[in-house]
Amino acid sequence: MKARVTVTLKNGVLDPQGKAIEGALGALGFAGIGSVRQGKVFDIEVESTDAAKAKTELEAMAAKLLANTVIENYRVEIVD
Amino acid sequence: MKSAVVVFPGSNRERDMVAAIEKITGHRPATVWHGDHDLPKVDLIVIPGGFSYGDYLRSGAIAAREPIMAAIAREAERGVAVLGVCNGFQILCEAGLLPGVLMRNAGLKFICKEVDLRVETTDSRFTRGYAKGEVIRSPVAHGDGNYRTDDETLKRLQDEDRIAFRYVGNPNGSVDDIAGILSEKRNILGMMPHPENLIEPLNGGLDGRPLFESLLAA
Repeated sequence: MKARVTVTLKNGVLDPQGKAIEGALGALGFAGIGSVRQGKVFDIEVESTDAAKAKTELEAMAAKLLANTVIENYRVEIVD
Repeated sequence: MKSAVVVFPGSNRERDMVAAIEKITGHRPATVWHGDHDLPKVDLIVIPGGFSYGDYLRSGAIAAREPIMAAIAREAERGVAVLGVCNGFQILCEAGLLPGVLMRNAGLKFICKEVDLRVETTDSRFTRGYAKGEVIRSPVAHGDGNYRTDDETLKRLQDEDRIAFRYVGNPNGSVDDIAGILSEKRNILGMMPHPENLIEPLNGGLDGRPLFESLLAA
């Protein structure tokens, strides 16, 4: 089973990398950008065939390691 | 004073730390490998600077989940002094032994220079050798030194006199100019600057020395 964990910065947390990317996109001539926030994507293959159980396990992985919940949110999806 | 310096794959300031501690205390610290589950009986545990695990995922994130960290948490709970410098500070935050997080420097650049720090509290084993409000010099060398925490935690740090050092001229965007903080029980200090690199005349100054001398007097 394939899963995807997406980690994003919480609202209000300063993201200097996102700001730099935002500036670079503007410099390339892309107009109308409101803002850019940089995050992380983890594609994880799990052996389990039980989607609900896998999701619980992946939530624990995200909370314990993949995200720093002081500044980041995470979302777990089972892809297939 | 007995001490231990913990080494992770990618630590690179452990030799400076060992040299500083040996020079000041007269005893060579034990070096402890990250995969160990136990620590020798010591009065001080130090997590030195560097780039543990190449800063993969987040600075300090992977080191913070290593077996030795459980042992450090146990010793800290017993009241043993724990000092985390630079990557050590990042690891202590990631491990939840100190609140907050060290994010990318606001200017996005790695900063390697000398800064001025103001000693904000002398009420700790680490800082009682300084005078309150004293400004000291210290080198910094980091890409992720931008200390961040929520407003509530920041207020607690301020109210409980747990901000050990503030930058005079904030180099990295840290909230409230924070350069180093203490744990609730005041026996854990995390700081981005490197006091171990200013302990003898050949370093160009002695401003880091009182920190280690304070510990020695404990």
